[in-house]
Amino acid sequence: MSHSSSSQHAEPAVADALPGSARSTRTSWFARPVVRYIGIRGLVSAVLLLGVTIVTFILTNLVPVSPITAALGEQAASDPATVAKFVHDAGLDKPAIVQYFVYLGKLLHGDLGTSIQTRNPVTQDLGQAFPATAELALCVILISIILGLGLGLIAAVRKDRFSDQLIRMVSLIGISVPTFWLAAAIYFLFFFVLRWAPGSGRLSPAATPPPRVTGMYTVDSLLSGQFTTFLDAVTHLALPTLTLTLFTVGMLVRFSRTAILDVLNQDYVRAARAKGLATNRVLFGYVVRGSIAPILTIVGLAFGSLLSGTVLTEQVFAWGGLGQYAYRASTALDLPSVMGVGLLVGAIYIITNFIIDVVYGFVDPRVRIG
Amino acid sequence: MTAPATLIRRPRIAPVWRRPLAIVGILFVSFWFITMIIVPFLPLADPLAQDFTPLSPPSGTHPFGTDILGRDVLSRTLFGSRATLPFAILLVIISLILGSLVGAIAGYFGGVIDEIIMRIADLVFAFPTIVLAMVVAAALGPGITNAVIALALISWPNYARVIRSLVLSARNQEYVVAGRLLGAGPLSSLRRDILPNVASPMLVLAMLDLGSQILLLSGLSFLGLGAVPPAAEWGSMVGDGVQQFSNWWLAAFPGLAILTVVVGFNFIGDTLRDSLDPRSANAVTQVNA
Repeated sequence: MSHSSSSQHAEPAVADALPGSARSTRTSWFARPVVRYIGIRGLVSAVLLLGVTIVTFILTNLVPVSPITAALGEQAASDPATVAKFVHDAGLDKPAIVQYFVYLGKLLHGDLGTSIQTRNPVTQDLGQAFPATAELALCVILISIILGLGLGLIAAVRKDRFSDQLIRMVSLIGISVPTFWLAAAIYFLFFFVLRWAPGSGRLSPAATPPPRVTGMYTVDSLLSGQFTTFLDAVTHLALPTLTLTLFTVGMLVRFSRTAILDVLNQDYVRAARAKGLATNRVLFGYVVRGSIAPILTIVGLAFGSLLSGTVLTEQVFAWGGLGQYAYRASTALDLPSVMGVGLLVGAIYIITNFIIDVVYGFVDPRVRIG
Repeated sequence: MTAPATLIRRPRIAPVWRRPLAIVGILFVSFWFITMIIVPFLPLADPLAQDFTPLSPPSGTHPFGTDILGRDVLSRTLFGSRATLPFAILLVIISLILGSLVGAIAGYFGGVIDEIIMRIADLVFAFPTIVLAMVVAAALGPGITNAVIALALISWPNYARVIRSLVLSARNQEYVVAGRLLGAGPLSSLRRDILPNVASPMLVLAMLDLGSQILLLSGLSFLGLGAVPPAAEWGSMVGDGVQQFSNWWLAAFPGLAILTVVVGFNFIGDTLRDSLDPRSANAVTQVNA
């Protein structure tokens, strides 16, 4: 994500060539470009993570809803004594900066507060909702990477031919369809008209969820050997996956096409062609490898927008994941829950991008020095 | 690459009629813009009048059917352009100005200012767009103006990022440095020397962004956080229609309206990008030769 930002320079590679006695072991360990690079990226991610906690904190302080009435209800809030006790207990009489550190302290102990709507600890709610969304998102991203990169490669190689025009048109339509409408249309067609797929939810009403290990029904049912439950979960997964895949594939095709075109234009690819390497060898050995870095960045971005897409899709399919939870929480101004979702999703996004940055560093040696 | 070779293989921009996607895009977009302007003068039912038999399927008198309150869906769909297009354009203009300003400052001055601004942009990126928009819209209260404010607050980083990198690369060009040596201050340097360079990429970005902003705006309305009920707005019409599947026409037509207008902007934006971007316009195709 923020490669351009790291202005730090890695130790010159010459240092590694010096005899071991010339440096202490500790410095030499950190002087290794890979380690240094990962360290810097990790530090940046940690700072961003801290920033996310500040943003959620500020947001909740900006929202013009009295936390007192929200937590106590109208009746109790009219009693000055109760209010005074609550304000003192919740630390609302302290300056904002102190409140922030109290909040951060609780956060470090895994305490995200109590949801005003469900009256459960937010961590418990998130623990329920997260696996549902993770199952869906992982499914979508895996299918999208395979389809998106494959189609992007075809479109780039056959630029301006018919297949390129077709792939571009379909991918543009894919990113233009309103997710919520597509979800409804797919639901209408495959459930209501054709009866090919089951209705909303993650399992049929009659089925009991498998014993919880990961919280993802497909994985859990396989782990406990309940094959019928597995099939049920997979068929329920099909329609929301289809909905979200169209957009994500569209996005990935467009970016991977551009990235691959960029590389096709490079001198080293021309040189590989000129020395007579087979087309496939050039494509997979040179072109794909060279364009992996920008494509990885886009996968990270796609993951982020996928999490947004789930809000609308989950709403239509009553999926009961993070998206639906976020929607219920924000419309009810249930601030602890909203902050919880924001933190969790922000953290996932930052960690995903950290992993991508690290993979980047291994795949593309140029990045480490930059 | 030798000099004569580049002369021979000069990048060639195909005329617009050779690009079918652009034609389709222009057709869709102009259809909706013309509709937006002339719709009050068309012989249509009042989009808010509850005059007809509720939930009648598409027929000769009501080509798109009627909704649960007996309103004409065709009229509401066409009037919906007025609830979406002006706001989406306003939204893109606001985020374009905000983002360009911030990005230009970051790119031109660099250093600590740049670091701080770009880290804030990263933070906004780290939140999923719609969750942040939902929180802001919910806090401000539903309403299309508040939805625009919510989306503007979260969409500036996109522009800031692009503008920053463009300004960064333009800043050290010789003619810009020469301008500074002649005594141009930051403002006039940015305006006279740098702006002409960044204008066309920004136009492309804005064009492509229009589509996604329309999607987000109508998405918020779908969730009940955008346009308020009686108004004819596409997102909220789909939202109402999704409640009753047997009456497919309620959601189908406003959804198609969103799809066509967004497809239109994206087709145009994509073609523009391809023509203006020297890298993709001039890509070598020898690999499959």
